[in-house]
Amino acid sequence: MKVLTLNFLTCARKTCKQNPAAFPLHPKEAELEQIETDINPLFIQNMLPRLDWEAMKTVTNELGLPNLPLETPTAEALVDESSGEPSQTLKDLHSLLMETSVASGKLVCANCGHEYAVKEGIANFLLPSHMV
Amino acid sequence: MSNPAKQSESYEDEHVHAVYEQIASHFSSTRYKPWPIIERFLKALPDYSVGLDIGCGNGKYLAVNPKVFIVGSDRSSNLVRIASRHQPHAVAVADILDLPHALHAFDFAISIAVVHHLSTPERRIEAVRSILETLRFEDGRALVYVWALEQEGSRRGWTEDDEQDVMVPWVMKGSKKGRSSAANGECDGKPAEDQTFHRYYHLYHKGELEGDIEAAGGTVVEAGYEKDNWWVIAKRAKAA
Ligand SMILES: [Zn+2]
Repeated sequence: MKVLTLNFLTCARKTCKQNPAAFPLHPKEAELEQIETDINPLFIQNMLPRLDWEAMKTVTNELGLPNLPLETPTAEALVDESSGEPSQTLKDLHSLLMETSVASGKLVCANCGHEYAVKEGIANFLLPSHMV
Repeated sequence: MSNPAKQSESYEDEHVHAVYEQIASHFSSTRYKPWPIIERFLKALPDYSVGLDIGCGNGKYLAVNPKVFIVGSDRSSNLVRIASRHQPHAVAVADILDLPHALHAFDFAISIAVVHHLSTPERRIEAVRSILETLRFEDGRALVYVWALEQEGSRRGWTEDDEQDVMVPWVMKGSKKGRSSAANGECDGKPAEDQTFHRYYHLYHKGELEGDIEAAGGTVVEAGYEKDNWWVIAKRAKAA
């Protein structure tokens, strides 16, 4: 599960969803892997404004990844001015958001404390029946 | 203990979820061609829209439009594993009634051949509500697609007078080379018999899906019938 995905996930419990503490989920005992994919500058450029940047910073920090820029990078920052090629910022973002993946571990809700397992790169949000 | 909600849940566990888990790879190999209405909906989305595929199965709709980002989810972890191959999208194992997504956050959602697997009217409306709740106000759109009762042209031949709650067989042909295990597609070399699984379906009659959408707080934008299925494009009704 790539790091980007964490920006689109919350706790699955109805009682948590309205609560700001249920987002983002906090990785725990995470095993990371790097899965190489082709860089898609337009995809990243268009996803950036859709991301909750504070949540993204929290999650990458908790995963022990390199710091993200303080603010959402602008479209201009993604292109190298002289060459017109992808900038280092864009390459770093691609590596961090699209290639860095949680292979296994847990995702913890800070509101209710429930832990969702991640196995073989896939998070499981099925709730035990007493929690539904 | 008689708890109707729990009973429906365990009924669906046995007659829907367990079956898909077992037939996943065979099911997946038969599901590759997108239906036209779904393809049209996905291709008409503005570039780089962000949305959900709720009950994504093997992920065949993740590949339709490479310029949108989709988070797919399904109850079957075997199907989700197959769906996870579709980059740049994301997938997770989740239940339609307990989705791991923020409310009112997404540009679109599709839920194809899913809602008809819930076994009571209340749970089907709850499922539709769960889909609609993920949509942004005003511009968010959901496409919901369910099996129709009216299928006179199909080999099943159901008509509007037939029973709506049915068990539909899924036959896995035994291969000549060897039995293919449904979960992982591995062959063990032994010749195999055909295996039949039964899945529970609620077959929708004309107008019923629109009714569920409205009962769930949605507004029908467009609706129709396509090859044995009823479909609706819906948005959230204006906040009262
Ligand atoms: Zn929670």
